[in-house]
Amino acid sequence: MAQGLPGVTAEAERADTGRPRVVRVRGLTKRFGERTVLDGVDLDIARGEFVALLGRSGSGKSTLLRALAGLDDATGGELSVDGTVAVAFQEPRLVPWKRVRANVALGLRVPDPRAAADKALAEVGLTERGGAWPLTLSGGEAQRASLARALVREPDLLLLDEPFSALDALTRITMHRLVLDLWERHRPGILLVTHDVDEALLLADRVLVLDGGRIAHESRVDLDRPRHRDHPDLTALRAALLAQLGVTTDEGTA
Amino acid sequence: MSTSVSSPSSLARAPGRARAVPGFARRRRAALARLVAPLALLVVWQLASGAGLLSERQLAAPTAIASTALDLIRDGTLTDAIAVSVRRAAAGFALGAAAGIGLAVAAGLSRLGEHAVDPLMQMLRALPLFGLIPLFILWFGIGETPKVALVALGVAFPLYLNTFSGIRGVDGKLAEVAEVLRLGRWGLVRHIVLPGALPQALVGLRQSLGVAWLALIVAEQINASSGLGFMINNAREFLRTDVVVLGLVVYAALGLLTDALVRLLERRALTWRKGFPV
Ligand SMILES: Nc1ncnc2c1ncn2[C@@H]1O[C@H](COP(=O)(O)OP(=O)(O)O)[C@@H](O)[C@H]1O
Ligand SMILES: [Mg+2]
Repeated sequence: MAQGLPGVTAEAERADTGRPRVVRVRGLTKRFGERTVLDGVDLDIARGEFVALLGRSGSGKSTLLRALAGLDDATGGELSVDGTVAVAFQEPRLVPWKRVRANVALGLRVPDPRAAADKALAEVGLTERGGAWPLTLSGGEAQRASLARALVREPDLLLLDEPFSALDALTRITMHRLVLDLWERHRPGILLVTHDVDEALLLADRVLVLDGGRIAHESRVDLDRPRHRDHPDLTALRAALLAQLGVTTDEGTA
Repeated sequence: MSTSVSSPSSLARAPGRARAVPGFARRRRAALARLVAPLALLVVWQLASGAGLLSERQLAAPTAIASTALDLIRDGTLTDAIAVSVRRAAAGFALGAAAGIGLAVAAGLSRLGEHAVDPLMQMLRALPLFGLIPLFILWFGIGETPKVALVALGVAFPLYLNTFSGIRGVDGKLAEVAEVLRLGRWGLVRHIVLPGALPQALVGLRQSLGVAWLALIVAEQINASSGLGFMINNAREFLRTDVVVLGLVVYAALGLLTDALVRLLERRALTWRKGFPV
């Protein structure tokens, strides 16, 4: 498989948007033994673009994200990521024997990692918890710490694998605001994997559906943020996306 | 803050805080209650000795043992013996710990190391430790070496086995975190693997200290011209049960002391675990 050289593709090719792109994937395939999970995925993400990836459970969303993160090799196809990558997983994966601040600063190569970590913690509203042990955090706090650990690296591409799915509904709403806020401030390209159609519609510029190992559907969401769940445009998009995911609603079938 | 609205769950979560003072008194009473039976045993023992039910040759009276202890401390016999034995235990422990931990790290961090080290260790650990004594005497004579070697061998295995399984038990998801944070191989070892293996390694440390004292006691029984074992054996020849019991008490106290040290170490090193008192 051709793992593209960072830096060489950016100027030569541009995404449809005209902006330089941070991710370019062509014909990506991934097999686990006999089972083909990704079967020719094409994907571009522009710099600073917020993309949501929907798909049924087991459709290969995490597999695609892990390939982008460099955690797994693809079986075939091209994949290039131009710039630095940070990941926040579904479980916060904080290192339990390092205090929250040390988790955020872990592996950070800047002159003053501690100060950078404190700044990132302040941005996610965890100023007070820098000295706490991860196991004493609530689910929402741990997920915010995990976001801070990803953002402090000032990534060009932020990969989020269902980071809110284990949180309660109220915390999730707070986290949506926080992610939008951080995205607007730092403008990384974001790939947000989710199985929550509303979450995708509220946050992303573009919503993709992964099905049958390919990007089976794509919707642009050209609405200003913050968006409202019951905006008429979103209602229509929601029905279309749910239909793509094999869920029929009253709206969808009407 | 209003107490009238506190929910049952919040009450249930902090019962200790709400009734801190009576709880403390109750714990102290409980600690005192636990002393009753041992003290009663001492009294009965003393009375039995005084009444002539226990002869001096079978078991000396507690008061006799205490006064012997004072005598032996005063003339330096006891302190010298303790110093010699502690030195043997420490030397053996240091050697065994270095070998056990070093081999565990080598085997835990690479497949090559595992194939080179683990089968041998699994094979050797099946050997009965004390069954090796005759060989050790043939190889090392009857000086300090066989005693230190026996302790070292006894210490190495529990530390090896626990540290190795601790390293292998480290959460693979954290290894992925190290990868996406670009910690590099050494960073992975330093920040994730070794600290992750520490709780299990400390379990190994406690086991190995238990074995260390046991191995020392056995090794000192065989032939020694100094140390606690020598003191006990010597006393047996002269039917001095007071000195024999004193030696046993000192062995026990040393064992308890090192165990307490490990507990302290655990407490300090594992504060990150939820519920561990800070
Ligand atoms: N390491 C692996 N080995 C074998 N099968 C795997 C592995 N990782 C994922 N799979 C399979 O690939 C499919 C897609 O998994 P995943 O990408 O995690 O789905 P999603 O994140 O969309 O729920 C699933 O059927 C899963 O069982
Ligand atoms: Mg997944």
